[in-house]
Amino acid sequence: MTTTDSPPAPVAPVRRRRSSGDTERGFSRTFRWIATGAGALILATLAAVALFLIVRAWPAMTAGSAELADAVPRYPDDTSFIAYVGPLVFGTLLAAVLALLMATPVAMGIALFISHYAPRRLAQVLGYLVDLLAAIPSVVYGLWGVAVLAPFVAPIWTWLNEWFGWFPLFAGTVSPTARTLATVSVVLAVMILPIITAVSREVFLQTPKLHEEAALALGATRWEMVRTAVLPFGRSGVISAAMLGLGRALGETMAVLMILSPGFLYSFKVLQAAQQQTIAAYIALDFPEASGLAVNALIATGLALFVITLAVNMAARAIVARRKEFSGAN
Amino acid sequence: MSADTSTMDATERTRALLTTAEPRRRRTDRIMAGLIWFAFLLAMVPLVSLLWTVLFTGAGRISIDFLSYSMRGIFGGDPSGGIYHAVTGTLIITGCATLISVPIGVLVAIYLVEYGRGPLARAVTFFVDVMTGIPSIVAGLFAVALFTIFFGPGARFGLIGAVALSVLMIPVVVRSCEEMLKLVPNELREAAYALGVPKWLTIVRVVLRTAVAGLTTSVLLAVARVIGETAPLLVAVGVTDSINFDPSEGRMMTLPVFIYRQYSQGLATCRPDQANCVADIALQNAWGAALTLIVIVMLLNVAGRLVNRWFAPKTR
Repeated sequence: MTTTDSPPAPVAPVRRRRSSGDTERGFSRTFRWIATGAGALILATLAAVALFLIVRAWPAMTAGSAELADAVPRYPDDTSFIAYVGPLVFGTLLAAVLALLMATPVAMGIALFISHYAPRRLAQVLGYLVDLLAAIPSVVYGLWGVAVLAPFVAPIWTWLNEWFGWFPLFAGTVSPTARTLATVSVVLAVMILPIITAVSREVFLQTPKLHEEAALALGATRWEMVRTAVLPFGRSGVISAAMLGLGRALGETMAVLMILSPGFLYSFKVLQAAQQQTIAAYIALDFPEASGLAVNALIATGLALFVITLAVNMAARAIVARRKEFSGAN
Repeated sequence: MSADTSTMDATERTRALLTTAEPRRRRTDRIMAGLIWFAFLLAMVPLVSLLWTVLFTGAGRISIDFLSYSMRGIFGGDPSGGIYHAVTGTLIITGCATLISVPIGVLVAIYLVEYGRGPLARAVTFFVDVMTGIPSIVAGLFAVALFTIFFGPGARFGLIGAVALSVLMIPVVVRSCEEMLKLVPNELREAAYALGVPKWLTIVRVVLRTAVAGLTTSVLLAVARVIGETAPLLVAVGVTDSINFDPSEGRMMTLPVFIYRQYSQGLATCRPDQANCVADIALQNAWGAALTLIVIVMLLNVAGRLVNRWFAPKTR
């Protein structure tokens, strides 16, 4: 701890309830077991989700490719199961990462705005407004994306393709309806803004007041104060916020399903129609009509999505948890 | 006197030095402040645009008939259908999900706040957080996989959807109820213990009683969160055009799924001699239902905040 430049804070008396131990009598013991059981139920539920998905996905993962090609619509001949899921995983990751690249800088700006720039009285109300974005159902985002956003961004995509067509992402023929992965990721970016903003805002607000005042006292402008005191303090918080946003974007179904015109290629051409598809939208599209082995195949793709989001979320939460223990804020 | 003026001079000079010496730094400060304001305004554009579009496109379709008829026997461009079956379906399924999630969620929150120590509590905290990130469609698949084991393939009824929504709702309820229970002052618990009240009675009669406004808010916001879920219901409950009040049998329509189905129907073909036919009626239905859904969600949000403001205990 050679970098600590503030004196160690006096250990605050932690208010903690002592368990009543052996004096626990009558219904108290039962009640404690009920509460503990509810806690254990959470772990059991998560385990059950994984278990049931694996059990139901197993037939598809072990079936031969000929069998799968018979049962599953849109299954390419002579491919293993991995090769069938691959493009879907690719599309899911591409859409989510693009959304994340667009959302993170804006969300950081909003979080800083609410924590350090907005007039103090307005800050809470403005925070509510951003949270309102999270309250809007995803199916409504889908409607809006098709009716309002797609016509609006179509000329922008054409322009990007004309001038930056050499860049792999913007190559190909531009879809005139703009029902492409680029539009989808814009909608996803809007949808994950609130969660990234909420988490980063909390972290920025925790910046030690003394650090900020020290920066200002040394003559820093407000931006320099933010850059030297707030941002370094909040870095890991912003990273985990972005990963939580990534988790949301990976699992989003309806907006993708309604806007994207799907394809099954490993393609970076996000302005062209019929190139990519995401796992969640693929399941929602085919599940209602599926039967037999096709159901198992769809559940297997769902299992892939579950594993990916679980890994991303666990990593994000682990960063947050570690930060809580080691940061000097508390 | 002269000493005074020289100090003034010095102060002025220092201020001038500090404020004008480095225009580049001041410019950067201005630019960044501008960018940060811009980021906020940029986020407001989709919110305003979306609410505006839904309000003005959907309002034209809203009428008493639209809210009180189902889509049974409605084909093509017939504009006499409505969303009654979808509204009741949404309310029933969300209600069932709430009945499942609230007792479990509140008990888990009690466990974490009142009893939670040791590795189990740490694991529960961690995995509740992880559970908030489960994709909604995976929750739907889980519920289907669970119920098809008992009811055979092709089972589709309201309770499956309610279970799927509960998987999404429980972690939200736990998280916010935990925050609310932590706000209850420790002195109240200690006073109860000092009077010889057993722990479980203290929790039920003192802690929960004190936090009841916050808990209500948490539940209302959690309901608002899941009431718009589409994908799990599409997978688990299926679709129907008729009214179904029984969550334990038969397919049910819900508002979000209704919006999606109407949207994907596209334009109807109307013959010129056909009376009572509107070509884009499906889209109009979708927007009308979207407006209804958003109104329900906003009412839940507003109710949640008001409950908290009006009934919160005065701690000081």
